[in-house]
Amino acid sequence: MAGRGSINLAFRLALVSALGATALPAAEIGDAGNGAVIWGDCAGCHEIGPEAKNAIGPKLNGIFGRRAAGLPDFDYSKSLTRAGRDGVVWTLETLDAYIANPRTFASGTRMSYPGLDDPGKRADLLAFLRDFSDRPRDIPEAAPTARRTLPELPPDILALQGDPEFGEYLASECQACHQASGADEGIPSITLWPEENFVLAMHAYKQKLRPHPVMQMMAGRLTEEEIAALAAYFATLTE
Amino acid sequence: MTLNRRGFLGTIAATGAVLAAPAVLGQTKPRVVVIGGGAGGATCARYLARDSDGAIDVTLVEPAEVYYTCFFSNLYIGGFREFESLAHRYDKLTGEHGITHARAMAEGVDRDAGTVTLAGGEVLAYDRLVIAPGIDFVEGSVPGWDLSRAEIMPHAYKAGPQTQILKSQVEAMPEGGTFCMVAPPNPYRCPPGPYERISMVAHVLKARNPTAKILLVDPKDKYSKQALFEEGWEKHYSGMITRIGPDFGAANVEVRPDAMEVVIDGEVEKVDVCNVIPAQKAGMIAEAAGVTDDKGWAPVNPHSMASRADPRVFVLGDASAQGDMPKSGFSANSQAKVAAMVIRSELTGSKAFPAKYSNTCWSLIDTDDGVKVGASYEATDEKIASVDSFISQTGEDADLRKATYEESLGWYAGITADIFG
Ligand SMILES: Cc1cc2nc3c(=O)[nH]c(=O)nc-3n(C[C@H](O)[C@H](O)[C@H](O)COP(=O)(O)OP(=O)(O)OC[C@H]3O[C@@H](n4cnc5c(N)ncnc54)[C@H](O)[C@@H]3O)c2cc1C
Ligand code: HEC
Ligand code: HEC
Repeated sequence: MAGRGSINLAFRLALVSALGATALPAAEIGDAGNGAVIWGDCAGCHEIGPEAKNAIGPKLNGIFGRRAAGLPDFDYSKSLTRAGRDGVVWTLETLDAYIANPRTFASGTRMSYPGLDDPGKRADLLAFLRDFSDRPRDIPEAAPTARRTLPELPPDILALQGDPEFGEYLASECQACHQASGADEGIPSITLWPEENFVLAMHAYKQKLRPHPVMQMMAGRLTEEEIAALAAYFATLTE
Repeated sequence: MTLNRRGFLGTIAATGAVLAAPAVLGQTKPRVVVIGGGAGGATCARYLARDSDGAIDVTLVEPAEVYYTCFFSNLYIGGFREFESLAHRYDKLTGEHGITHARAMAEGVDRDAGTVTLAGGEVLAYDRLVIAPGIDFVEGSVPGWDLSRAEIMPHAYKAGPQTQILKSQVEAMPEGGTFCMVAPPNPYRCPPGPYERISMVAHVLKARNPTAKILLVDPKDKYSKQALFEEGWEKHYSGMITRIGPDFGAANVEVRPDAMEVVIDGEVEKVDVCNVIPAQKAGMIAEAAGVTDDKGWAPVNPHSMASRADPRVFVLGDASAQGDMPKSGFSANSQAKVAAMVIRSELTGSKAFPAKYSNTCWSLIDTDDGVKVGASYEATDEKIASVDSFISQTGEDADLRKATYEESLGWYAGITADIFG
């Protein structure tokens, strides 16, 4: 089954987490002061603080521990709503992945923000956001798992070349649910995605960062080669 | 990093399948005959024709012009779907994929000659044969019942007119009347199917005939998604449904269609509607082809779905005995893709990959209250073995149950497009 590939991946992720942990001060998430500057990237759409209201994006006070798409008075995308309903809660880990690439969690998110690649900057921003949460003290300064986020998948995994014939065979399994035509009724469309977003989304299920029992099971037994082959196949599929 | 295919080839080669050896060198196009245009057969025909780009000549033998899915037929009984929404035709398979639709029953298979004889007498030659006839009922499994009584006591376990009869009987029940189901013993198609049906009948009765009663006579100790159904029945239909298990004699049941009576361990019950779902076996043609075992199912090689009795014959879906997969439309569709991949590789030399199977079955308990169960499987030499699984939990919130139901609608649209094009 998933044997060879997943052992490999687990090993590499472990490696990444070790590196990540030493690259940052171990005692803190990051530097909230720097984070306040980076917040400038977000401030065009989000408000935060005692007076904050919903704007283009929802207000971000008390974001830690909140369910994704959890504010009753904000009109979220279908995609983020689904993530929330499946049980995504904003934690260091999930926020880090979302900010790194909002599409990891919700392909159809309305947050048109390309993502923040730099893990150090994300850590600073998370430290800043944490200061506006209800009980910052309950949020660990540095969750050991916080560094083990998906966007840090080594570049060679993201760059794996997919074999289209293999992809076609593997994809047949997905098409019992996901329509080749890209139709989106009750089950989201997965055709014509940028390959990297597809790989990230699949790894988010595989690592159980993104909840959903069907997809966790489907992704859980795929090797990274298989995910790459699927990404390549669906990226160009038109019917 | 490149893909290493040696591992894959190794697995397939080890199973003894003929690899990359075009079986019909020099001849005209290789011919595949598929018996049965249901979830398994139609998927297999479509994938063979589509992926071989016309290099394989595919004939689908199926007497019906319209296929009614059993899946979602309970939702039709419950009033959640129109009958016509269950109907699927073969025009895309014949039009877009060049499949020949032979509209007849297959009556005989001569495996030595490699031919199938149709009801009209026509003989089709094959290089590979796919048998996917679904189920037939075991005669005498419910004393007093046989197919000639199915209009009085419908099975509604092959969708179509039978489903319509059952629905109209439920709707015409006298006030405070009794609906009885005689549930089947294992193994049978769609393990949660009878219990989803009970839920849908209860849904109809709750609105139209709230003092009516439902009697479920079940020869099994336990059944699929039992905790979820029991929780849902208590929540939505409290007091309406009584299940009689084998401990109260449900394994010893007889029906009297003319008197509308059910006799449970000697006790006579008068009922108004009786849904008899008998014990099951592979569709007749599998037995005629000589590929079934003493229990009436066709054992297959888990790596390929090829019959254990004949490597040129593949058996898919409900008719096969493969191991851990439930008999479902999802399973049949999943198995068909593996068989199509193996057959293509045997006949045209295309690449072979390791078999992969999965299944998910959704059931609707009441409006917006959907649940699901699923698993993934791998082929071992002995059987198709479950490797991972999940099931909805009791006590889930209403939003999640509604989302699960909506997913099932997406699945129905997806799988029927995958089967019929
Ligand atoms: C009430 C109910 C609810 C269900 N719900 C679900 C569900 O939600 N999800 C799910 O996955 N599954 C569900 N199922 C199970 C599903 O319908 C079957 O498992 C599936 O249809 C099996 O596919 P198959 O190809 O083996 O057989 P079928 O789909 O039955 O197809 C067999 C075909 O072969 C044809 N045939 C038979 N004999 C011959 C012959 N001699 N010559 C030519 N043609 C022949 C028949 O006409 C038929 O069209 C349900 C079943 C029932 C009864
Ligand atoms: C172009 C506007 C825009 C920018 C820039 C933007 N966001 Fe968003 N953000 C949104 C919108 C719109 C949503 C709601 C998304 C949806 O419904 O899918 C959102 C949602 C969120 C959520 C989820 C909130 C919830 O209630 O579930 C978080 C967390 C978030 N953004 C953080 C950030 C951070 C941190 C930044 C800066 C790095 C940022 N956003 C930049 C528009 C933006
Ligand atoms: C049994 C049905 C089913 C099968 C089979 C299935 N999926 Fe999914 N998939 C779903 C559902 C339901 C969702 C929505 C999950 C959620 O809420 O997070 C989903 C979500 C996804 C997403 C994220 C979509 C988004 O909008 O963010 C991707 C990517 C995906 N699936 C890929 C695949 C691939 C690749 C396969 C085959 C290996 C596959 N799926 C097989 C049901 C299925």
